Amino acid sequence: MIAVLDYGIGNLRSAEKALQHVGSDARLVSDPARVADAEGVVLPGVGSFGPCARALRDSGLESAALDAIARGTPFLGICIGFQLLYEGSEEDPGQPGLGVLPGMVRALPRGVKHPQMQWNVLDRVAGHESGLLAGTPDPAWVYFVHSFAPEVTSDTTSTCDYGGPITASAERGSLWGTQFHPEKSGSVGLGILGNFAREVANTRPGVSARPVTRRPAPSGTDS
Amino acid sequence: MRTVRVIPCLDVDAGRVVKGIQFVDLFDAGDPVELAARYNAQGADELVFLDITASSDHRQTMVDVVSRTAEQVFIPFTVGGGVRSVEDARRLLRAGADKVGINTAAVERPELITEIATEFGAQCVVVAIDARRRPAPDGDGEGVAWEVFTHGGRTSTGIDAVHWAERCATIGAGEILLTSMDRDGTRDGFDIALTRQISDRCPVPLIASGGVGELDHLVAGAVEGAADAVLAASIFHLGEFTVGEAKAHLAAAGVAVRPA
Repeated sequence: MIAVLDYGIGNLRSAEKALQHVGSDARLVSDPARVADAEGVVLPGVGSFGPCARALRDSGLESAALDAIARGTPFLGICIGFQLLYEGSEEDPGQPGLGVLPGMVRALPRGVKHPQMQWNVLDRVAGHESGLLAGTPDPAWVYFVHSFAPEVTSDTTSTCDYGGPITASAERGSLWGTQFHPEKSGSVGLGILGNFAREVANTRPGVSARPVTRRPAPSGTDS
Repeated sequence: MRTVRVIPCLDVDAGRVVKGIQFVDLFDAGDPVELAARYNAQGADELVFLDITASSDHRQTMVDVVSRTAEQVFIPFTVGGGVRSVEDARRLLRAGADKVGINTAAVERPELITEIATEFGAQCVVVAIDARRRPAPDGDGEGVAWEVFTHGGRTSTGIDAVHWAERCATIGAGEILLTSMDRDGTRDGFDIALTRQISDRCPVPLIASGGVGELDHLVAGAVEGAADAVLAASIFHLGEFTVGEAKAHLAAAGVAVRPA
């Protein structure tokens, strides 16, 4: 079961429906106790950083989310849910995020309309293997609605060009996030959610989360 | 990169699509969910549903349409018509709408814009403005101004449309859906001067609407009107053009669009 965290914010139905559409058993979950049973967790979010952060805390789901991340449960943050993974945001200074990804959420550059409310193309970060974006077409068009975005860090796996390079996705182990809305990005977005569903399926108890990277066999030891 | 969105608009009356039927019966009693899926397949960037049902008895009907659409169409969609309270907005957003359009209720009580934005975020508040040309009262600019009308264009408000759009953005609108009443249904193209003025002065994205009869009109709206999105109904409903053809035409004219 993939738990779509329901902490009373906006439209969560579309994330749930889109995950179901790609064949996963996604359910809205508002009871923190049920998150522990989930094989995957999705943290959606719309609106603004502070109210989302406070609502997540007040719902009791914040610690459940942190526990899931600590256990290595595949985790996907979407839009504000993605921003919440960082340390904080210029949108609400003083309101801490979950801090599981280093970095801050910054306002989009001046000189472009706020919010960015449009489809844009993903620019992959070279040399960064991405489970999230595996198999997506090139160019991959996805839908953005946001006025803030996490700064580009070593976790960033793709950016989009909007007055400069803007973080579009980030990954650290099985902790994934998208600034765009995969649940609203047509077939490209469904493919990305399918990648997450597969990550969840491959992480079920007893199955390794990712192909174990084998160290090359030391040479000359077979004699 | 700035890309322009192409948005088919579906007028829904008691759960059925009605726009376009005065010309051809093609989509008389068409199912909005089916049509939404078709436009999605054609490459539409977003959809707008406008609930024009006169009676509030059918409010639940629209919620059902939204819910069924959200199950199979994975692009953003806005639902407008009859949204008068935070609770109305909540019902539609919970059912799966991404944004709600407010028009008359926003003019009557502008705090509603702020209330919905505070509760759900400005990104889901689309203020729909129906504007009609009138002589400029103080003779500034090119001697023309536009007045906001409400109640489906039946009620004059005396409010200047450009000022209203600016104010809406200030108090919580995430986007403006601007319809020229002078052009709506004429197929003569957008009111470019109106579109341009609001796009230049209003910091949030602008959807141009009203008057599209051919594909060059979409280009004019995006280029001369500087609209962030172009909305049309009959050219799509009547099967004259597909969304894909519209986007190919925009791209050929140098407007960046997501390819269909």
